[in-house]
Amino acid sequence: MNRSRRIALVAAVVATAALTVSGCSSSGTTSGSGGSASGGLTKVTLQLQWVAQAQFAGYYAAVDQGFYKKAGLDVTIKEAGTDTVPIQSVVKGQADYAISWVPKVLSSIEQGVNVTDVAQIFERSGTTQISMKDKGITSAADLEGKKVGSWGYGNQWELFAGMQKAGINTDSQISLVQQAFDMKGFLAGDIDAAQAMTYNEYAQVLETVNPATGKLYQPSELNVLNWNDEGTAMLQDAIWADAGRLQSDTAYQDTTTKFVKASIEGWVYARDNPQKAADIVTAAGSTLGTSHQLWMTNEVNKLIWPSTDGIGVIRAGQWKQTVSIAEKTKDNTGATIVTKAPPKSAYDNTYVKKALAQLKKEGVDTTGASFTPLTVELKEGGK
Amino acid sequence: MTARSLTRVRALLLGLGGIVLVGVAWDLYASFGPDAGVQLGGVLVLPRASATAMPSVGSMFGRLLDPVASGPGSPLLLTAVIQASLVTLGVAALGWVVGIVVGLALALLMQRFRTAESALLPWVILSQTVPLIALAPLVAGLISTARVGGQAPPLWVSVAIIASYLSFFPVSVGALRGLESPERAHVDLLRAYAVGWWPTIVRLRFPASVPYLLSSLRLAAANSVVGAVVAEVAIGMDGGIGRMMLSYAQSSSGDPAKAFGPIFGAIAVGLVSAGVVALLGAALGRYRRAEATA
Repeated sequence: MNRSRRIALVAAVVATAALTVSGCSSSGTTSGSGGSASGGLTKVTLQLQWVAQAQFAGYYAAVDQGFYKKAGLDVTIKEAGTDTVPIQSVVKGQADYAISWVPKVLSSIEQGVNVTDVAQIFERSGTTQISMKDKGITSAADLEGKKVGSWGYGNQWELFAGMQKAGINTDSQISLVQQAFDMKGFLAGDIDAAQAMTYNEYAQVLETVNPATGKLYQPSELNVLNWNDEGTAMLQDAIWADAGRLQSDTAYQDTTTKFVKASIEGWVYARDNPQKAADIVTAAGSTLGTSHQLWMTNEVNKLIWPSTDGIGVIRAGQWKQTVSIAEKTKDNTGATIVTKAPPKSAYDNTYVKKALAQLKKEGVDTTGASFTPLTVELKEGGK
Repeated sequence: MTARSLTRVRALLLGLGGIVLVGVAWDLYASFGPDAGVQLGGVLVLPRASATAMPSVGSMFGRLLDPVASGPGSPLLLTAVIQASLVTLGVAALGWVVGIVVGLALALLMQRFRTAESALLPWVILSQTVPLIALAPLVAGLISTARVGGQAPPLWVSVAIIASYLSFFPVSVGALRGLESPERAHVDLLRAYAVGWWPTIVRLRFPASVPYLLSSLRLAAANSVVGAVVAEVAIGMDGGIGRMMLSYAQSSSGDPAKAFGPIFGAIAVGLVSAGVVALLGAALGRYRRAEATA
């Protein structure tokens, strides 16, 4: 009796200890990988916000073409799963930099996360609201009374801001439909105007056969509401760094400039060699169809190029617009993204400006003023 | 042909017939059902039968023999699905084995010490009430900050741990029931001979637990496959069947049959793991008077 009781006690103690240790190791380890040199190269981990696809072509190209290596960096790209919050990877020390949309990070910042936008890669927003021509939706005001699709999860803000700017009461004057991550609901008519990224879902529709014509859907059969034109665009893909480390760690500051510079070189490569960049992403494990991948590369290029102030520069006006929408726009739950403006440390042009100056000296075109997009022909199913 | 093998053939034919019947029913509805589905009071009660929503069974299998994409060097969908299935099968098998070891160890501990049973069993049961979507990022976060020889462990380690987390539960509960299943008289007999705890386990309790164990192992195998697929999606592991489902779903309006490839792959992985347990059952046949239901 006594013996078994004693052993049970020991077992309980061991179990508690195990729990405590595993609990500690989660909070105690903050060893970021940046700064640890191996073979002369600084190890850097980049956390994406989704799986490998041409949306991140520049980073994959920079790895493939050796731009990071040339800068002294050994970069590992981490794909995201459905449960990954990219900015959390940076905060927890699992990654040195993360790619994320500005509004999503603004809400994390308000909750106490200390990160900085060090390069605003996408100057324009890729979010649109698409509809069939016969619905006659050519401006945000036309959404009144329509079945409006929204993904939610932080993807809805430009849509709500656009409708509210057009004077629509988003609680009573539209019927909001929760949209899945494919376009079946839109094609079946459950949704009049569906959310679509120019580089992904819009293409998915154009890769589908229209039963009425027997041919693929054509751009001429669709209306596209572009939030850049409606004036409610928010900043999207940016490179985020750990603000605490930027403040105190000079090696990390140096790495940040190098990382931004080499990433920009990757994006310049994707601009000048879209087909090769698309192939690099496919080789990196993306299973998207070949024509879809090229379409995405081309559309992403359009979001970056031509770049007004040089790729990566955070433009004060656009930042202000993003923050203002984040403060004032209420979605269907009545919430706003933030209640007050973020601290000054939320963005910093120091590193990108250094990188651009170096690139200019090397003769790299960082504005792409003469950029002309391709005309990509999509195949059925994006094959 | 003996009567026994006849029944077997009959069972096999009936099983195949059942699968064919589902396929025929699918195709019949897909070709004759209303494209817009049937709505009652604004709620869809019968599914849409359009080609986007329900591709024909023939096109699903036909798609397997086409290349994944149009680019040069693109493998057949079938090849890609088999590769991804093997990745998931490997990770799920690892999770299954770890789950069995942990489950058996817990069962032995709980059998040996009544106090341990009272202390552990509630935790074992509670552990399964944690939703996978809460668990997956937690495990992935813990694993990715760990360092083995200065390196972060690869993502499949997290996936295997999540799979084992789901598979240890049926094993521990089933094995505990099995270990405690011998009749009182048998236990008393061994005690009268002054047989120690471990020999009693080996000679009496383990053999008696086989029927319970086998059904737990089958549940554990199914759980670890589900766990592996879901964990892949949740934490973004590359190469497996779960990830494939996620990425192919993107083209599900333009190329609807493609999305069914990984679903077939998942079914195959499930069948293989059930088959492994069946083989194990055959090997342990002499201990298996009747399989207990878990």
